[in-house]
Amino acid sequence: MSDPLPTLAACRKLLDERHISARELTQQALDRIAAVDDSIGAYLTVVEEHALAAAAAADERLAAGERGPLLGIPMALKDVLITQGIRTTAGSKMLSSYIPPFEGTVAERLQAAGAVLLGKLNCDEFAMGSSNENSAFKPVHNPWDLQRVPGGSSGGSAAAVAAAEAVFTLGSDTGGSIRQPASFCGVVGLKPTYGRVSRFGLIAFASSLDQVGPFTRTCEDAAYVLEVIAGHDSRDSTSARQPVPTYRAALANHDLHGLRIGIPQEFFVPGLQPEVGKAIEGAIGQLEQLGAKLYDVSLPHAPYALPAYYIIAPAEASANLARFDGVKYGYRATEGDALWDVYAATRGEGFGPEVKRRIMLGTYALSAGYYDAYYLQAQKVRTLIRQDFDRAFREVDLLVAPTSPTTAFRLGEKVDDPLAMYFSDVCTIPLNLAGLPGLVVPCALAHGLPVGIQLMGASWSEGELLRVGHAFEQATQGIGLPSLTVP
Amino acid sequence: MQFTRATVQHVATLCRLALTEAEEEQMLEQLSSILEHVNRLAGVDTSAVPPTASVLDLQNVEREDVVQPSLPVEAVLQNAPDRSGSSFRVRAILEEG
Repeated sequence: MSDPLPTLAACRKLLDERHISARELTQQALDRIAAVDDSIGAYLTVVEEHALAAAAAADERLAAGERGPLLGIPMALKDVLITQGIRTTAGSKMLSSYIPPFEGTVAERLQAAGAVLLGKLNCDEFAMGSSNENSAFKPVHNPWDLQRVPGGSSGGSAAAVAAAEAVFTLGSDTGGSIRQPASFCGVVGLKPTYGRVSRFGLIAFASSLDQVGPFTRTCEDAAYVLEVIAGHDSRDSTSARQPVPTYRAALANHDLHGLRIGIPQEFFVPGLQPEVGKAIEGAIGQLEQLGAKLYDVSLPHAPYALPAYYIIAPAEASANLARFDGVKYGYRATEGDALWDVYAATRGEGFGPEVKRRIMLGTYALSAGYYDAYYLQAQKVRTLIRQDFDRAFREVDLLVAPTSPTTAFRLGEKVDDPLAMYFSDVCTIPLNLAGLPGLVVPCALAHGLPVGIQLMGASWSEGELLRVGHAFEQATQGIGLPSLTVP
Repeated sequence: MQFTRATVQHVATLCRLALTEAEEEQMLEQLSSILEHVNRLAGVDTSAVPPTASVLDLQNVEREDVVQPSLPVEAVLQNAPDRSGSSFRVRAILEEG
């Protein structure tokens, strides 16, 4: 079984030419989940009946002559994305039996486009983590090596695409949670510009940083998905009134002559695995062969992104997660005499260690006497980081760098050392603070493990990033899918 | 700026988080090392730099104040840990008497 599920573009052709029905394709995906997910652990919930009914509805639309980028395509969503009537846990004990009474915007748009929801994907609790080991339910195993992590926090979303358990998936990226697992699992991951995709129905972690984006097998597939999920939404006041281009149309031009690519030296950090550095340099060489011109650029404040992030993100999280008090929904502790005690017990029992750590850190950074030294200073450093990017993009068209300093590490390797875990996102965090888009494309295998190259662009440059990524894919072999052997 | 066990307990109270003694101990150790890393920010000269709260140029986003349908009460209460009629039920907030 070398290709248990085709790419989105291939599925599109098969469906449009009626060589396969959406129902058959969906059944194929469900069979694949049944065959491999005990070994992978990507899914927290599979909605078989719902999926087959949605596929049947898509088949009717196809039979009536309707065509659309995602019509009849089986997909799955990270479990921080609200789905009406379908359990949404955020990977947390706090929401282990929460059934949303409303629909999130991306779920609504995908459904309207005729995409078929297969289920909800495992993730780090409230999207906080870099290995998916903070899931309250189970770990996810990397399809390339089951002893290793898939990355995080969207580990299930990345692993599901790599293991061909969905044609595409969505994740969320606050500090690298789409890009780092895409690199670890050898798939394409796109974090759009802040404001590109509505956050309504995304369970909030850090509201000024969170952004929803796709995981796919190819850049072309990512263009199909982004076209459907992007665009203004009146229910998210931070979603932008920026027109949504036909991203697929931009892919036709493979010519990279005249493209100015900047190499930011600060992203080649101490601690970068030599084999990762070699893979990234190899990919940069290939981009040069395709006609791009290379420039050394400097983002001098990038080294301060990690500490600034670990003030700003926990501060926002501590406010966002205040709503989980056991009153209106979610877990409630039975102990405690007064309401106050029930709140504290509920949160103490309902949240896992990493979430508690970040709530504590954020509360401390915002507390009286520390606000100026921590939160305000971090916000000012954030300005400097954004200015560095703005300056760089006056000289070059895009930046290319490693996604993460290492390939996928072993399960358990970093669970007791939060700082070492945080370091895994050192190359992805700067973009979130600047609100800019980033695309990860698999570029090599290092000792059998995937390495993804990170392309970073100015605001609203998703089309250009996808074009360059697509040209890179066309010119190179790609790394393919893992030869997953399951019991 | 001493980060102590008492700081941990104070912050836990602020964010309504019941921690066990073992958790307090671990929190002290881990947060101290994270703060040590974060303290590098103090070395950046930001005297003439404005803070960034959001990367967007948005000021206020306004819309017409139009009444729209809201969720049915039953749907809102379906996830309630405890309810009484059409209300969420919680422990007494005020002492009787």
